[in-house]
Amino acid sequence: MNTEVHAIPVAVLVRIGAIAHKELRQLLRDRLTLALMVGIPALQLVLFGYAIDVDVRHVPTAVLDRSQTAESRKLLGELAATQTFDLEREAADEHDAARLLEASEVGAVVVIPSDFAREFHRGRGAIVSILADGSDPTVSRAIALASQGLALSLSQRMGSVSDAPGNRFVHGPQQDLLRPDPIRIEVLPLYNPERRTAVFVVPGLVGVILTMTMMLFTALAVVRERERGTFEFLIATPVRRGEVMLGKILPYLFVGFLQVGIVLALGVLLFDVPIRGPLWKLALGALPFLAAMLSMGLFVSSVSRSQLQATQLSFFFFLPSMLLSGFMFPFEAMPEAAQVIGECLPLTHFLRIVRGIVLKGASLEFLADEILAIGLFFAVVFALAALTFRKRLA
Amino acid sequence: MSAGDAPVVETRSLTRRFGNVTAVNAVDIEVRQGEIFGCLGPNGSGKSTLMRVLLGLLAPTSGSASVLGLDMPRDAERLRPQVGYMPQHFSLYEDLTVRENLEFAGQVFGLPRRRRAERLEAVVETHGLHRYVETRAAALSGGWKQRLALAVATVHEPELLVLDEPTAGVDPQSRREFWENLFDLTAAGATIFVSTHYMDEAVRCHRLCLLRDGRRVAVGRPQQLVEALGDRVVNIAVDEPEPAIAALRSSSLVASTTQLGDTLHVLLVRDAPDADTAGRELVSQLAAAGLHGAAAQGTSANLEDVFVSLLISDQSGGRT
Repeated sequence: MNTEVHAIPVAVLVRIGAIAHKELRQLLRDRLTLALMVGIPALQLVLFGYAIDVDVRHVPTAVLDRSQTAESRKLLGELAATQTFDLEREAADEHDAARLLEASEVGAVVVIPSDFAREFHRGRGAIVSILADGSDPTVSRAIALASQGLALSLSQRMGSVSDAPGNRFVHGPQQDLLRPDPIRIEVLPLYNPERRTAVFVVPGLVGVILTMTMMLFTALAVVRERERGTFEFLIATPVRRGEVMLGKILPYLFVGFLQVGIVLALGVLLFDVPIRGPLWKLALGALPFLAAMLSMGLFVSSVSRSQLQATQLSFFFFLPSMLLSGFMFPFEAMPEAAQVIGECLPLTHFLRIVRGIVLKGASLEFLADEILAIGLFFAVVFALAALTFRKRLA
Repeated sequence: MSAGDAPVVETRSLTRRFGNVTAVNAVDIEVRQGEIFGCLGPNGSGKSTLMRVLLGLLAPTSGSASVLGLDMPRDAERLRPQVGYMPQHFSLYEDLTVRENLEFAGQVFGLPRRRRAERLEAVVETHGLHRYVETRAAALSGGWKQRLALAVATVHEPELLVLDEPTAGVDPQSRREFWENLFDLTAAGATIFVSTHYMDEAVRCHRLCLLRDGRRVAVGRPQQLVEALGDRVVNIAVDEPEPAIAALRSSSLVASTTQLGDTLHVLLVRDAPDADTAGRELVSQLAAAGLHGAAAQGTSANLEDVFVSLLISDQSGGRT
């Protein structure tokens, strides 16, 4: 390609527009791709969202009743009535309880202390502990939620000794109330104290979905032209390399924003995800990420010979993004080496941006580093794509 | 178009290798302004590679190629607006309509809006595409696809058209119409570089080059090529073609035999005596093999004979 400057930049714009327009037309006629474009975000959101936030019932539960009183049996009856817990077995002692949890034979153990009845009647606040298997955040979160409501209703129904209105309850050991309720339920999530919620997952899902779809769409958009032979026609026209690249990226930027919209809208509708930051900030924060992923797709396309190869290469990049970005596992809890890799992935930074804006209403200045990191990734990958994208055959 | 006497395409020992395979081997060709220059050769003889190098889509391994005075592949981008290209396989967007494909081509070739509309109208008219303007390319039959491809390749009125087997798999009527269009284009000043498998098309070219294994084995006007073959063809009428073919193929006089009904069209080897003498000799050879009643008659060579003779000339025991 020579360095001659084109006399009429209008022609450049027309050509970029022609490719983008053509791309969009083809997209609108490709029903399957179109369905995937809307379907993937919706499906993933529902799968991930509900898997996290679903109203968990029938958690297999062991009981360690040291009290063995009418009161403790009544409490257990109430617990069973919530249907959250299936009181299937008795634990012999603490060791046994721990073993059952470790072996995943039960998801929770209810521990009633020997002084339960006495403390209850004294009105000091009898403490019941529920050890929850926190390795599955779904379960531990559900237990925590169930216990919140339970403590209150139990205190009322089992009869309060004190004259307190009993509208206060404690669901965590860290909270220290001046006036104790008759029954307190502490939930101790083991293994994974951080309980994550749909609120946490949905914004992250925006990034995960974009990583998967954006890269794949551009990669396929180019490789498809090669496979169908239309590339040979295209490169024999005066279209420049950069024009083809931009023409391929632009329509998918639009698609990317559409997907962000779908996921967030469904997140709000289905899971009441609060959106604290303004949408324009989110759009601004998403732009470099979209550009980075689309360029990644271009790069993938220039090194793959078939749609299958492009798909496989995309997944090769997608998997570490999903696993090491802090979406699946808390970033801080990952081994250092994994964190180093994670820092190189744009999704890691985008998750911080999107969570920051959506959940905390963070301002863009606080996210400047993350945006910069993504910008850097974009620059490198776009350069790589430009270097490898040839208007030549073979 | 005042290209003067400078050739539109000129190559000097142009060579392109893919690994160990030499697809185009030291080819020299010269295409003159306003002619239909045909490129004939079996599959894998290097026709497509040659075209791609001329278009700057592939870089030559060695040698040089100049197209419309531009050095390939260095000036490939400057060449693009002046050439139209029909790759061997249909390479337009099947999910776009005829109009959309034409419009897209007009845009990428940089035609201003008004001109684009005029040209679209003009090529639709020329190629009779009215009925199909709003039809998606995928729904067109082979003949119509090929018309559309030519329409797209000419929408920007290129000086040079490069057509890679444009009529492969298309019915004779459509091929005939296609070639009429090509002559109209040359009448309007375009130069056409076309490859083909069909002898009836090759005959219609102003000039031809024959490629074999990447080498140029002949070049000239079709008539010249046929004349150059000389007096080397005999038709022999036989009663039993099958054993006669077998007998003839073992004769040292015969380069190749083609069966035409009850007649065997025989191409003689290069150093054979004149057709009459050789014909008599062959009839007696057949009789010696127990095949009586054969009658030989000298006949004029055709382009296929040229093609066959060139393809087998260097091969030991070359028979087809």
